[in-house]
Amino acid sequence: MVPIYYYLILAAILFCIGIGAFLIKRNIITVFMSIELMLNAVNLTFVAFSHMHHAVQGQLFVFFVMVVAAAEAAVGLAIIIAIFRTRQTLDVDSINLMKN
Amino acid sequence: MKIEHLLWFIPLLPFLGFVLNGTIGRRLPRAGVAAIALLFTALPAALVAWLWQHMLSHDVLQITAASSPWIQTSALTVRFAFMVDHLTLIMLAVVTGVGFLIHIYSAGYMAQEEGYWRFFAFLNLFMFFMLVLVLAESFLLLFVGWEGVGLASYLLIGFYWQKPSANAAGRKAFVANRVGDFGFLLAMFLMIQHFGTLSFVEIFSAINHHPELHGGFLTAIALLLLVGAAGKSAQIPLYVWLPDAMEGPTPVSALIHAATMVTAGVYLVCRSHVLFDRSPYALGVVAIIGAATALFAATIGVVQHDIKRVLAYSTISQLGYMFLGCGVAAYSAAVFHLMTHAFFKALLFLAAGSVIHALSGEQDMRVMGGMRKRTPITFLTMSAGVIAIAGIPPLAGFFSKDEILYRTFSSPNPLHMLLWVVGVITAGLTSFYMFRLWFKTFFGAERFDEAHLGADAHAAHHAGEAEHDSGQAAHSHGVHESPWVMLAPLVILAILSVVGGWVGIPQALGGSNHFEHFLDPVFALTTEAQNATNADQVSHGLELGLAGVSVLVALIGFLAAYVFYYKKPGTLGAKATGNPVYNLVANKYYVDELYEFAIITPIQIVSRVLFLGLVDTGIVNGSGSFATFLTRQAGEGTRRMQSGNIRSYAGWLAAGAAAVILLMTYSSLTQHATKAALHLK
Repeated sequence: MVPIYYYLILAAILFCIGIGAFLIKRNIITVFMSIELMLNAVNLTFVAFSHMHHAVQGQLFVFFVMVVAAAEAAVGLAIIIAIFRTRQTLDVDSINLMKN
Repeated sequence: MKIEHLLWFIPLLPFLGFVLNGTIGRRLPRAGVAAIALLFTALPAALVAWLWQHMLSHDVLQITAASSPWIQTSALTVRFAFMVDHLTLIMLAVVTGVGFLIHIYSAGYMAQEEGYWRFFAFLNLFMFFMLVLVLAESFLLLFVGWEGVGLASYLLIGFYWQKPSANAAGRKAFVANRVGDFGFLLAMFLMIQHFGTLSFVEIFSAINHHPELHGGFLTAIALLLLVGAAGKSAQIPLYVWLPDAMEGPTPVSALIHAATMVTAGVYLVCRSHVLFDRSPYALGVVAIIGAATALFAATIGVVQHDIKRVLAYSTISQLGYMFLGCGVAAYSAAVFHLMTHAFFKALLFLAAGSVIHALSGEQDMRVMGGMRKRTPITFLTMSAGVIAIAGIPPLAGFFSKDEILYRTFSSPNPLHMLLWVVGVITAGLTSFYMFRLWFKTFFGAERFDEAHLGADAHAAHHAGEAEHDSGQAAHSHGVHESPWVMLAPLVILAILSVVGGWVGIPQALGGSNHFEHFLDPVFALTTEAQNATNADQVSHGLELGLAGVSVLVALIGFLAAYVFYYKKPGTLGAKATGNPVYNLVANKYYVDELYEFAIITPIQIVSRVLFLGLVDTGIVNGSGSFATFLTRQAGEGTRRMQSGNIRSYAGWLAAGAAAVILLMTYSSLTQHATKAALHLK
């Protein structure tokens, strides 16, 4: 049986990749994908702990997260399309109308 | 309802009037405002009349009403307590009676004014505090009224707030009174220290139970009370505020600065006569201050040109008489003079106001003259007041003034002859300047320019710097007699000025001095010991002779005024111009300038340098701006974090989360380590 910390380390690596990409990348779609990556890293820990404790609640949470992520993806992609239509760009740094 | 509870209503009714007029008065029509003010002055007057009748018919000497404790400490308990005895009855009657008449007069006099509701609200507020003052049963509650009437006086002197001179006069009155209040406060502290109470009854009975108490701290208390009384009653050296207080509307001058408030100092001395009786030194100081003020103010009154200022100096001088009376322990004579003075001085002020009204705001006697034909009723009533104050029998002023002079002459005070001579000279001067005013105002040629009168005052009023009682500006339809709403109070006061003295006709003149016997329950306790022996030795013949002297002096004053201001007007003025003595008196002995130089300027310098420069700018403002500096710097620093860059926010978020995780991990690791260590054992 695969020990629990393998999963945890994998989830941590995925999460860090997600953070790194979120902080570094400028393209909104890439930022969006990095958020999904972080969510899935969390999902992986949930499932791992759920299996370890023989408890089903962790897996229930995973479903919740997936549903929320799907809704978020729908809304987020719609926003991205709207931004692209008005600004002709997907660069986060250039979306700063509120700043001044 | 028990009769004690009625006492509370006497001051509270005018206060209700103040609240009503002060809140909704602005929206009411003028008639409504006047109706409220008059109603809530008439009701206490009626209550006082009923109280008077009740106390006399049931032979009640004293009624007291007390609340549960107001201030309670281990060293001192003070209640809200009112007390009525015969002295209070007289004060109550004067305050509510004269006050009511002046309220009626004001309804006519102020009819054209801005801020009608404000005026009557303040007037009712004054009545409230004045009634608290005379009803109070303890020094502390008296002090509440004392400060309150000072406030009302300040508000009403500065009633024409557009005029800088009126504001300055209000401030001056307030500050001069504060100096006096300082003495009053110290006196109260001494009383708390030595008697542990501020109640009149308790303090006086404590003194009466210790006949050995004499001088010492009682002198200190009495002198400090005198400082307070001198401030309120405009005696040397604190009299300077009263002439300037004439900036207020004329009814205010009549009510506050002649008839009632300024007599509060005399009332205070009479009320605490038990203290003064034990200190001949303090009494002597009272007498000397009174006599000096009487003479001093009378000389200034002789050279004034403003009709209200003549009356103001006359008021100071007459208050000096009252203090002289107190100082020779003739308290009932002082209160007698207080009462008659309230009648004739209120009358004189109101009549002067009627003249000013007729001349559309003109106050300078040099441009009056011949008003006898223009304002006949005002002339007649004012004549009664002038003759009364001049001390010509059988009008009111003669009896009260003569009583004081006689008691001065026969007092055991070592200076009594000097005091008496000063009093007599003052009587002559009083007669002279009052008849001077009378002749200059009502006789001779008309020196005013009817066509320009109203217009000038009107223009000056709108410029906001009118020299005169700017109130009368609105109507400029010629010189005219005042309406009846103003004349009726004049007539009533004139009658009182004529007959008011008859309640105190001395035995030497065939009377029974009813007034003095009326006050015996209040004053007899201790004054008897000091005075009765002395007074009874003096024969009635001497009393008649002294009365003859004062009448003679009054007639000389009248004749001098007749010669110089009726027969040959202008002769005295021509001689006086350039005369150094005249200049000295005309400049009011340069007392204002002396105070300015010796007191006000040094205080201003200290204030500017020390308090404004060092304390205010340095410490107070400094600490404030240091706080702003700190806040601003902190803001400058943290502002950089709010860059508006999403990824920097995300970075901070990640860093924060990482820090939290690290912390939790670390602490859980140490816990595990300790647990493991425990297991090992």
